[in-house]
Amino acid sequence: MPTHLATPATAPATAPSADSPAPYAVRLDHVSKAFGRRGAQQLVLDDIQLQAAPGEFVCLLGASGCGKSTLLNLVAGLDQPTSGTAQVPFGRPALMFQDHALFPWLSAGRNVELALKLAGVPKARRREQAAELLDLVRLPDAYGKRVHQLSGGMRQRVALARSLAQGSEVLLMDEPFAALDAITRDLLHDELSRVWQERKLTVLFVTHNVREAVRLGQRVVLLSSRPGRVAREWDVDLPYPRRIEDSGVTSLAREITGHLHQEIVRHARH
Amino acid sequence: MPVTDAVGTPASGRGRGPEADDAVEMASGLDALESQPAAETSRRVLAKTAPPLLAVVAVLALWQLAHVLGWSERLPSPAAVAGELGDALADGTLLPSLGHSVLRCLVGFTASAVLGVPLGVLLTRIAALRTVLGPVLAALQSLPAAALVPVAVIGLGPSEGAVYAVVLLGAVPSIAVGVAAGIDQVPPLLLRAGRSMGARGPSGALHILLPAALPGLIAALRQGWTFGWRALMTAELITATPLPGIGRMLAEGNAAESMSAVLAAVALILAVGVSVESLLFSPLERRVLHNRGLTGR
Repeated sequence: MPTHLATPATAPATAPSADSPAPYAVRLDHVSKAFGRRGAQQLVLDDIQLQAAPGEFVCLLGASGCGKSTLLNLVAGLDQPTSGTAQVPFGRPALMFQDHALFPWLSAGRNVELALKLAGVPKARRREQAAELLDLVRLPDAYGKRVHQLSGGMRQRVALARSLAQGSEVLLMDEPFAALDAITRDLLHDELSRVWQERKLTVLFVTHNVREAVRLGQRVVLLSSRPGRVAREWDVDLPYPRRIEDSGVTSLAREITGHLHQEIVRHARH
Repeated sequence: MPVTDAVGTPASGRGRGPEADDAVEMASGLDALESQPAAETSRRVLAKTAPPLLAVVAVLALWQLAHVLGWSERLPSPAAVAGELGDALADGTLLPSLGHSVLRCLVGFTASAVLGVPLGVLLTRIAALRTVLGPVLAALQSLPAAALVPVAVIGLGPSEGAVYAVVLLGAVPSIAVGVAAGIDQVPPLLLRAGRSMGARGPSGALHILLPAALPGLIAALRQGWTFGWRALMTAELITATPLPGIGRMLAEGNAAESMSAVLAAVALILAVGVSVESLLFSPLERRVLHNRGLTGR
């Protein structure tokens, strides 16, 4: 169980307790992942211990090479760990990427409907549910729009609606706002926080933007690089709604940035 | 859950009073600034149809000029060739010839598509198949139809079957290779997104892979049609088919050493090719690309 501390908890803070298994939405137990042929294997993730409670918003922070995308693939079930177990008891999580990955041959609404269809929603209910989801991300007029007619921010909001359409309680996000301009990103932070609270989602949010992690997450997990390990984690004890320029966000971000820099410098020395 | 304490009340994300309204307004302002307006269609239709018509008029004018100035004593006037077509229409040979050739090509093309599209999909799914069949298909593509006709005629006899064999051998490799290339170009991210949504196996092929590869698929079919049509004309010209066709009009014109009859047949072959291209494949391709925002306006 993550302890609720204002000061940084030491890693790993998610030590499993055997007698009273805590409810969790995502749980990685001693997960390692190596790529490459036998003999020339490269370890990407090393003994990752990570757990997210239902409804928790966890940000995974790390520089290049920390295996963030590999980790999300394992949780999404798109790949298998070399050792250890990845458990997602509430079914297949939804996945969102840096690129919106919307299908360009379908309209925004049809993209959402396809996800509903693949999730087994009967045809009669799809149109209505797609409209509701587009309303939720504040794009009520986007149903018939083609992907290329939407702005970058609108595309990511449709992608969010499509992820929610999968009906999963767990949302995995792989640097979803990294390609957006600062103004749009700030707006989407608000939107995501609001949708997370309304839908009571469990979110695993990968980013290399420290302020973004602190602004969004209840917990920030810092990963070291090559191989990816849990280096340290922080509980973000700041009330929502937060703003990127809040002093609490800024000061915790400064502290975490210091640790992130140490992680990066470690690689320069050796 | 001690951790969820940090969330505060669920409603707190929305209730920011005037500031939240500002955010909504700003979002819609940004959306409006960054969205692209839809294009006007009527002007585009005119822009697409006018140049080909002008080109036809220009070729006819140049032809007439060449005839009037007597650049070549063997060159008939456009009117003489049109007269040849008119005669063929009047004595009831033009339409059956045209009909038979087009029908044969349609049947051959449909069969080629039915064989070639699944073959192209299989090539991308089974690496070993591609290693073995890839070079064979590439070699077949480089083979002129004229080289296949004697093989087909000796193998199957001078029959309708030999003509179809030539069409299939011309069109199937081109469709299969084109479909495989179209599938190769599908962005892996879209497939990954599809898989994460639960579209795997046949469902993934139907909902993600084939629609994503549709532009390549149409290009492959278009090339398959062109190859098939050319192969058919070659086959009709060389084999003495029992039924009339445009290829046989060409052969008869050749035998009679009538330039105007030969040019009339060539004009028919061109007309069919251009019609199918401009009435079927071109609009289809334009529509598909336009829907995906891939055409420059």
